[in-house]
This record gives sequence, structure tokens and C-alpha cells, in this order.
Amino acid sequence: MFDVAIIGAGVTGSAVARELSKYDVKVCILESENDVATGASRANSAIVHAGYDCVPDTMMAKLNVLGAKKMKQLCFELDVPYKNIGSLVLAFNEDEKKVLEELLIRAERNNVPDVRILNQRDSHIVEPNINKDIIASLYAKNASITSPYELNIALAENAVINGVEIILDFKVDKITKTDESFKLCAKDRCIDAKYVVNAAGLYADEISKLCNAGDFTIVPRKGEYMMMDRQESKKLHTVLFQAPSKMGKGVLVAPTVEETIFAGPTALDMADKEDTSTTLEGLEYLKKMSVKSVPSLNLGNVITQFAGIRAVLKEKHDFLIEESKQVKGFVQAAGICSPGLSASPAMGQEVVGILKDAGLELKINDNFNPIRRKYKSFREMTDSERSKAIIENPLNGKIICRCETVTEAEVVAAIHAPVPAVTIDAIKRRTRAGMGRCQGGFCMPRVMEIISRETGMNMGEILKASYGSNIILPNRKGVE
Amino acid sequence: MKYDVVVIGGGPAGLAAALAAREKGAKKVVILERDRHLGGILQQCIHNGFGLHYFGEELTGPEYAQLFINQLKDSDIEVKLETMVLSVTKHKEVVAVNVVDGYFVIQANAIVLAMGCRERTRGALNIAGTRPAGVMPAGSAQYIVNMMGHVPGREVVILGSGDIGLIMARRMAWEGAHVKMVVELMSYSGGLARNVAQCLDDNDIPLVFNHTVVEIHGHDRLEGITIAKVDENRKPIEKTFEYVACDTLLLSVGLIPENEISIEAEVMLDPITKGAIVDETRQTNISGIFACGNVLHVHDLVDNVSVESEIAGEYAAIFNKDEEQSKHIKIIPSEGVRYCVPQMIRQDNKKDVDIYFRVEDIIKPAFINIDADSMSIKKKKKRIVTPGEMEKMTVKADEISKASDRITISIKGKQ
Repeated sequence: MFDVAIIGAGVTGSAVARELSKYDVKVCILESENDVATGASRANSAIVHAGYDCVPDTMMAKLNVLGAKKMKQLCFELDVPYKNIGSLVLAFNEDEKKVLEELLIRAERNNVPDVRILNQRDSHIVEPNINKDIIASLYAKNASITSPYELNIALAENAVINGVEIILDFKVDKITKTDESFKLCAKDRCIDAKYVVNAAGLYADEISKLCNAGDFTIVPRKGEYMMMDRQESKKLHTVLFQAPSKMGKGVLVAPTVEETIFAGPTALDMADKEDTSTTLEGLEYLKKMSVKSVPSLNLGNVITQFAGIRAVLKEKHDFLIEESKQVKGFVQAAGICSPGLSASPAMGQEVVGILKDAGLELKINDNFNPIRRKYKSFREMTDSERSKAIIENPLNGKIICRCETVTEAEVVAAIHAPVPAVTIDAIKRRTRAGMGRCQGGFCMPRVMEIISRETGMNMGEILKASYGSNIILPNRKGVE
Repeated sequence: MKYDVVVIGGGPAGLAAALAAREKGAKKVVILERDRHLGGILQQCIHNGFGLHYFGEELTGPEYAQLFINQLKDSDIEVKLETMVLSVTKHKEVVAVNVVDGYFVIQANAIVLAMGCRERTRGALNIAGTRPAGVMPAGSAQYIVNMMGHVPGREVVILGSGDIGLIMARRMAWEGAHVKMVVELMSYSGGLARNVAQCLDDNDIPLVFNHTVVEIHGHDRLEGITIAKVDENRKPIEKTFEYVACDTLLLSVGLIPENEISIEAEVMLDPITKGAIVDETRQTNISGIFACGNVLHVHDLVDNVSVESEIAGEYAAIFNKDEEQSKHIKIIPSEGVRYCVPQMIRQDNKKDVDIYFRVEDIIKPAFINIDADSMSIKKKKKRIVTPGEMEKMTVKADEISKASDRITISIKGKQ
């Protein structure tokens, strides 16, 4: 019997798990996929928003502002990249300038410090490469960037180190409530838990309905992105928004913590929660919008495109974080669209507070270790660290991914990490192998060989990402 | 560590350059190779068709490579395998890493860049749709089939009729896959005519011209693609969209010289070839740094790579850093010519020079003209020229000496 079962190993579920691991409670995360960070936490804008654009007095505003304050410390504890680079919202006309003024008022009401409107000249001092045609901008000094999937992975790993169990390939399809507890079942297995946290992202509405815990709808809102090579990185040092609309914060162009540049997202409400396809129209739109913000961008340096899906609550423009009114002990953490990443450092405490109010006994876990260190990447080492690392482990001298300088030692470490990475994409998210300009052309077969060697899987079993994404198919005779 | 000549890359270019450098008198020569074996991409090219020009016999890729590797074994050239060069400076310091030597720096008298090229990816093409398994560069598929002994799919479409695409169409068919078609954006194949005949025609694989892939379908594994006819501006025509079911899409859409470390060393690149700008000795703008093979420009025949790399190796061997560098005559690709290599000739050159170039379009018949400054020095008629096959013209030393400033190559459909 678990004290708490968290459904979903996205950034929200993992943040709640990590917070719970500070206490002496038995916790599991049930994840339908074969890795953590496979949904909205995998593909989003990676921005730690300052919090000026949330509607005041909402859960979004509260957790965004609090989360943004805690993010730096959290990233430090978990060894996750974090850069405070500031953001600008660009206004190209008087109407858009009015939007900036509204945002400034919101910033004050949300208690977001260091936000101000800059005139044209000062905007260009902050970011010299922006379009000369802007008339003003809203500068938020505290806006920062991080890596969403690295944060997610780090939270999950730290939770595991502190005693949380992650159960992968566990797609909850039945929840039964008894007097004392819940029985949660997937196709072939069941577990029991006294409390349930619904952090199922796009599927939170369906999970809620499984035990009649509340009727709400999650709308999948797709956002397409395009990623540009490092060669463009000198052209941008700040997060650039265009004036927001009803559908979201508008297309932004921003540096990533890996010093590439991305543009996105588009915003399109979908019927299909799994549709992460990019569209010709979307990509054309992103190209147009990105050069509107930074005219000197070279679109020939686009290295990949992808789409993420935000889980948007249909009923109101806010997160849904509360104990179910219908089912005691069932806590909703749903509708976590933007600024869900920024809010995640505050999400754990918020949800744990609700669990406590619902009766969960919280005794301090004296053994809790807040520090998680990832396997040091060769790319980030100094020369002398590199020499030392190769002596300690010769696999540090074997480069597997040429574009991103990833060593075999890093790949092996990812495979044997607290949350093991055994798919091509899982290893990519942890090491960057395959994320560079050749997009895995050289390293993918090598990574497959290493997965096979380290896990005993045969080549035909190795997946790119989800179940069914086998890279090698049996031939007509059934031989791989 | 100090070496006379450091060769970066142990593929066909690096092998030929190292042997030529040693032959020409360089005492300490080392090849730094990132893979587990020498021979580079030749090792996965198990088909034949190599060596007809250079060795006068038809060989497979590994056989071609082995002839060089055997010579190397008889020499005192050092080879460092599984060695990744991290950076090169203009002062000719090479920073590299491997398991045996750890993280190390070599001071070279001369460097030969022979890193080869990589394949263009889906990302560079802006194809819409999902990102399932089963979409990969043709060269990666070739590695999986020929080096790992596995077959990546059963129902296959190939985008791009470059040589790798053509070779892989045949290879997949021979492994029992159903190769539905090769889709080509242009109205002609980007590969060698003999490959179109032997790989596609002989295996009944259709080649669909003026078409491209506009969307990729399938969430986990590829399920199908949408192809479309393109107009004269190569834009897809909407009413021609057609769904093709397949589980594998191989991309053969171009090769890009891998010049990231060259750029760090401040080597200047030609925007068309994406390789270094070199003179007839294959020296770059950085004195003592030479380039050859596919890192210089993408070749269609390895035989040409070997010849070119021997030039680079020889001159790297005799490079003297204290000698004053000669001024150059430019070689300019003019009407109908996409690029030429070398891009310049030293004014004190005393030898005949082979100029390699590619044309912009199919021309038949074709009249090639070479001018020294504005005076014609050479004319040649060819039955046909195509962008897929590299052309070569030899210019004699006395003809070169007629140019004070530039040599221009142009090509026309009539005289």
C-alpha cells in the first residue's frame, strides 16, 4: 500500500513526488510511457516567466511568481541549467504598446519586481538585434531560461534517490475507491494507495472521470517550434515575446540553455491529444514571426522542427489544483499549461499542502538529500577535468555524438541512472546525443549498440521513443 | 606531441594524403580517425564500382580502402583510431581525445583536413508532420544494413536520387524490402547515370521526378508520407498531394562537408561547396592547413578523392612555414558552372592543373570554355554534362601563365 500514488511523471508529477520525498511517506509515480518527461514537459518554450502576464488572483499568478522565485535554487540543487537573461515584449504599434501598459499593471498586482517599459532606444541597448521598427518594449529582468526535460528528469531522479518508486508503462485505466484507499489498475497490474494526485497532463480529465472525481475538459493546444543551429546564437541574448493574444503569449524567439535559438510556439486547439505533427503553415508562420522580431536570423540554419501540446483547462483560464469535491483524498493537479514550468518549483508545496489538509500525515524524512548531480558532460569540462575523467573512466575518451561531443561514458551513465534511459530519445534528452546538426545520423546506430550491450535488449527491441517506435523491423521472414 | 603532418580523418582522403605526405619526405605523419577502423564511409559501401579510374579495376568500397590500408601498414605512419579532434587552431595546434592518450594537443607543421561530410537531415528540409521512427538518412540506413546486419524497414520510400539514395534503394530491395519509389525534387537524378541504371532500372524501382515529400505521418513508427508534384519554383502543388503508405523513409538529400573545426581555425569556406577555398596545392587561406576529399567538396567518385588528396599530402609534406606565400590567380565559375575546385592557382605555379567543376543544369551538347583574363585559352565539346557528375579540365602551365588575374570557366549549350 502506497501512501500517495501520483499519476503522471511530467514536471508537475515529478515536482510533487520530490516534495513528498522530504517526508516519511511511501510514494509512487505511475507513468503510462516508457520514460519521464514525454508529454508537455518535453516540448515547450523552456522559459521561466517572470509572472507579469498571469491574471491577478489566480492560481497561475500565485504559483508562477512563487515558482520563478524558487527556480534558481532548485536548479542549483538538481544540477539543471538555468540562465537569468531577461525578457522583452515587443510592441510594433500603439495598440501593442497599450498591451504593454496593461501587462505592467498586472506585474504590479502580481508583485513581480523589476518590470518596466523601455523606449525604442533603450530596448535596442538591451537587445541590439531586435527589429528597428519596434516603438517600445516591456522588460522583465527576472525572466530566465532552463531546460524543461532536464528539470523534469532531475526532479524524478532526486525523488527516486529519496525513496519514490517510478512505475513506467503503467497506464491507469481503472480506479476503484474503497473506504480507506484507492485501487489503481493498468492492463495487467494494480496498486493500492491512500491518496491520489492526478498530474496526468493531457489525460487528467479522463483520469478524473475514472473515479468520478470531477468533470472537466482538457483541450490539447498544439505549439509548433523550430530550432536553429548554434551559429545563430550570437544574434540573441534575451527572450523576445511579441504582444500576447487570447491564445497565449505569442510567438517568441529565445536562446536555449544549450546556446541554440528557437522560435515558437504557434497555438492551435486540437481534437487529438497525440497529434504532435508540425504543419507547413505553422512553420511558415514561425519563420515570418521570428524574422519580425530578429530580422538578421538566417532561416537556413534551422536544424529541426517539433511540436508540443499544452494541456489547457476548458472551463477557466487557470490551473486546477485542489482536492476533488466529490472524492476525498483525490487531488487534482490539472490544466497545467503555460506557465506550468515556471510554476513547478512551487507546485510541490502547494499540492503537498492540500494532501496534508486532506489528512496525510507528514513526518520529516531525516535522510532527504536535496542534491542531485548529473553525470558530468564532457562538453562542459575544462581541459584538466577532461584529462582526469579519461583516466578515471576510459569511456570518457570515446566520443559517440560528434556534433554535441557526447562520450560513451555519458550514454552509459544515462542508461544506468536512477531513472534509466533505454530509448534513443530518452538518451538524447539526458546527453544531447543526436540533438546537434546531424540529428543523430552518425550516433543513432552507436547508441543502439550501447543500449543493446548494457541492457541485453536485442536490436529489434530498441525504441526511438514510445512503444511501437522500433527502429529495426523484422523482415518478411520475421528475422530482425 | 609534434608531427610534421597531421591528417584529420582516416577515410579515402586521409589515407591517400598521409601516404603521399610520407612518400614526399614528411618524417612524422599521423592519422587521427574518429571511427574504430580506417577507410571511412568506404567500409559501409560494400557495393562495387570503386577504383575503375584509379586502379583500373572494379572494387568494392572495403577493397578499395584496403589497398591503401595495406600500404599504410608497410609504412611508419602512425594511426590513432577512435580519436576525436575537438579543435584546430590557425597556429596548427590540434586538440584531440581518445582512450589511450587521453586529452592531448599536437603541434603540427602542416595539417590536412580530411573529415569528409555528413548527410543533410529532415530538419533542413522543413518537411511537416510527426517525428516517428523509420525516417533516417540513407547513409545511416546503410550503416545499419551493412555494418550492423539489420534491416531498418519493409515498405520503403527514398527521397532524393543522389548516389546514396540509389545504392540504398537497391540494397533494401536485395534485403527483401519493398522499395516503392525514389522521389526526386528535380527533373533529373542527382546521382551517376550508371547507378540509376543498375540500382533502379535493374530492380524495377520507379524514379519519380519533380516530386517531393510534404508530410510525414505516424505517431510511433512511420505509417505513410504525403508526396506532391512541384512547380517550376519547386513549390508543392496542392492538388497533386498523394498519400503513400510506407514504414521507412530514407533521405538522400545532399551531403554537407563537416567543416566545424575548420571554421574554428579561421579557414575560409566557399559558400557553394561549403568546403575550404583552396589553391592548386589544396592549401587553404591558413598557411600550412590543407583540405581534400569530401570535406573540401562532395565528390561522386572516390578515385577523384584519392588523386586530390595525394596533391594535398604532397604539398603538406613540403610545406615550409618560413617560406613566403605566393600571390594567387583566381579561378572563377562563370555561366553554367556552379563551382570549381581549386578556387585559385599560385602565381608561381609551374605545373599543369586539373580543375574540377560542377555544372548548374543538364546541357547537351555542352561547350566548355576557359578564359585567361578575357582571352580564351581552351575549348572543349562534350556530348552531355549533368550536375550529378563532376567535370574535369586540365589547364597547362603555359596556359595558366597567360592569366595575370583570373581564369574563368563557362559552359554553354551552343558555341
